[in-house]
Amino acid sequence: MFAYVIKRLLSGVVVLFLISMSVFLLFWFGPSEPAQTICDNDTSNRCTPARLEVFRENLGFNNPWYEEYGTFMKGIAVGRDIQFGSTTVFECKAPCLGYSYRTKAPVFEEMKTRMPATFSVAIGGGLLYLALGVPIGVAAARRRGTLADKALVSGFLVISSIPYYLFALLTWLFLTISWEIPLFADTGYFPVTDNPAKWFSGMLLAWCALGAFGCTQYTRYTRGSMVEVLGEDYIRTAKAKGLGANTVVYKHGLRAALVPVITIFGIDFGTLLAGTIFTERIFDIDGIGLWALQAVFQRDLPVVAATALFGAVVLIVANILVDVIYSILDPRVRLS
Amino acid sequence: MTTAPLRPGTSPDLDHDEPLLVVEDLTVRFPTQDGEVAAVQNLSYSVELGKTLGIVGESGSGKSVSSMAVLGLHDERSAKISGSIRIRGREIVGLPENKMRKLRGAEAAMIFQDALAALHPFYKVGDQLAEAYQVHHSSASDRDARRKSIEMLDRVGIPQPDQRINDFPHQFSGGMRQRAMIAMGLINDPSLLIADEPTTALDVTVQAQILDLLQELQREFNSAVIIITHDLGVIAEMADDVLVMYAGRCVEYGTTKEILTHPEMPYTWGLLSSVPDVTASTDARLIPIPGTPPSLLNPPTGCAFHPRCTHRDKVPGDLCFTDMPELSPAKANAAHVKRCHLPDPDAIYQDVVLPEIAPDLVKDNR
Repeated sequence: MFAYVIKRLLSGVVVLFLISMSVFLLFWFGPSEPAQTICDNDTSNRCTPARLEVFRENLGFNNPWYEEYGTFMKGIAVGRDIQFGSTTVFECKAPCLGYSYRTKAPVFEEMKTRMPATFSVAIGGGLLYLALGVPIGVAAARRRGTLADKALVSGFLVISSIPYYLFALLTWLFLTISWEIPLFADTGYFPVTDNPAKWFSGMLLAWCALGAFGCTQYTRYTRGSMVEVLGEDYIRTAKAKGLGANTVVYKHGLRAALVPVITIFGIDFGTLLAGTIFTERIFDIDGIGLWALQAVFQRDLPVVAATALFGAVVLIVANILVDVIYSILDPRVRLS
Repeated sequence: MTTAPLRPGTSPDLDHDEPLLVVEDLTVRFPTQDGEVAAVQNLSYSVELGKTLGIVGESGSGKSVSSMAVLGLHDERSAKISGSIRIRGREIVGLPENKMRKLRGAEAAMIFQDALAALHPFYKVGDQLAEAYQVHHSSASDRDARRKSIEMLDRVGIPQPDQRINDFPHQFSGGMRQRAMIAMGLINDPSLLIADEPTTALDVTVQAQILDLLQELQREFNSAVIIITHDLGVIAEMADDVLVMYAGRCVEYGTTKEILTHPEMPYTWGLLSSVPDVTASTDARLIPIPGTPPSLLNPPTGCAFHPRCTHRDKVPGDLCFTDMPELSPAKANAAHVKRCHLPDPDAIYQDVVLPEIAPDLVKDNR
């Protein structure tokens, strides 16, 4: 098991290396002039070709790409110095993901301040995916074919056919703006360490929107998986032993039905952790997703690269965790 | 087969003066979108303690469906059951689920074919056995249940049972899994054991071991056994009585000796003709039954077997096409019933069928 995790981590490092290179090359050879942003910023939009050239030189855009990629990777490993303009030199400590062109703050430090907001959204939303989706899915599977099951399945299909951004926007418009429900009045991220109650009420609407939308998927996965499992021979054996209906459904059925659901959840949860752009934008939560969105608009390339790398790390870790949980749930899957 | 003395604690006199299991006029219907499927119709049989009934027939003939009804395993929303099933005189058709549950696995247990699929892949063998024990012995501690599981695994011939109970089913061999399945079925000393094709997924040598084990355990526990199979070899070895099913109905029912020597229904002849016999001469032909089992959604008119019957021309008129034959007593033995219009089936069997499938046997007789 331990050896397996190490092996997976090593292959994860290889994947990260490839992703970092793709991200780097994308903005190196990309259509926009990277130095333009910082030059505009620094000169209050009076960037002359001469000054642009200074920035290009300082940021290393006149060097070959592989040399600069080396510098970028060295920065992540041991840190490096970064020069903006002619005079200012910043010392960027490892893991150095560069300095934001816009705020001139170290990207990694800024990322750390935004993580709690995104993690709050992801953990609450992810828990609701499962807490709502799995029990509803099980209930539907137990009543499969009945009117209630059909109504639920088609109703949920309607919800999941709505684009998520529209769903979240309508949630916010109705609950906060039109109906002015006090519970959802003040959305946004407030640090949990300052005031847990305010943190909770600020996140609540985002969780509800994310959970209500995402749980429809999980209801479908769970229902489908459960219907299949309930038709298995070992479920008939469990009934033939004289076990109660709930023991049969939960201990024997759900345990097996959860395996594929967990696999999908691992990936979904990783995606949530990597930043939820719509949720953060609509509910005014200053997290990784919103940050990445702003960085794209402002051509703040170090931030774009950092958020892309962060997403990759989170997904790789989530995948390894899924495999470990998988082997715990299903003893036939031996990790070696 | 000798009957072992009754174990202490089991009373030989039952509540009613009838066999342990009595099935009367059992009909199981499944409503489907294409219409109602009558999987079992007007089935009646009985099994006494210490006796074995073999139910034989092709896939889809209603063997498993009828036995699952005995344990109340059908979903009441999808199956309509009528008729009567009595265990120790107690009616179980229409018994509420909570009472039925106390019976399942305790009074009547079932072992299934393909133990790899029938055992839960995620739980240890010992835990699955212990669960079966504890659900009917709520006062038993985990340690008691574990001890009982080891004892049962030992009883069915699994070596080092105290270690093997910690294995998962996939770590067992096919034969050991079936042994574990049998151990789980017998862990609560059921008086009725239904074995649904217990040897189907096993290779031939292991099949023989499992059948021997079942017989041995039946003698020890003095239980009534129903063995479901499509293999007449299994029937010949195990069963006291045989029930032949076709298209959801009983088509022949009698003692094993009688059915195997004087079968009176062409379907049974077909089954006998398709059993290979290693000791027979190489002249003996293996004759398959032509055609396929009928759809239960649109069963054939008259006798359900007539489209595949090679002897229907010997019946006067078109009775086979128009009338479902009643179960009627055989000529020589009134306890042997068959569902066939042929006026003298035994003569046809002895003169036409037997010389073809067992020429040696006929030569010896002459």
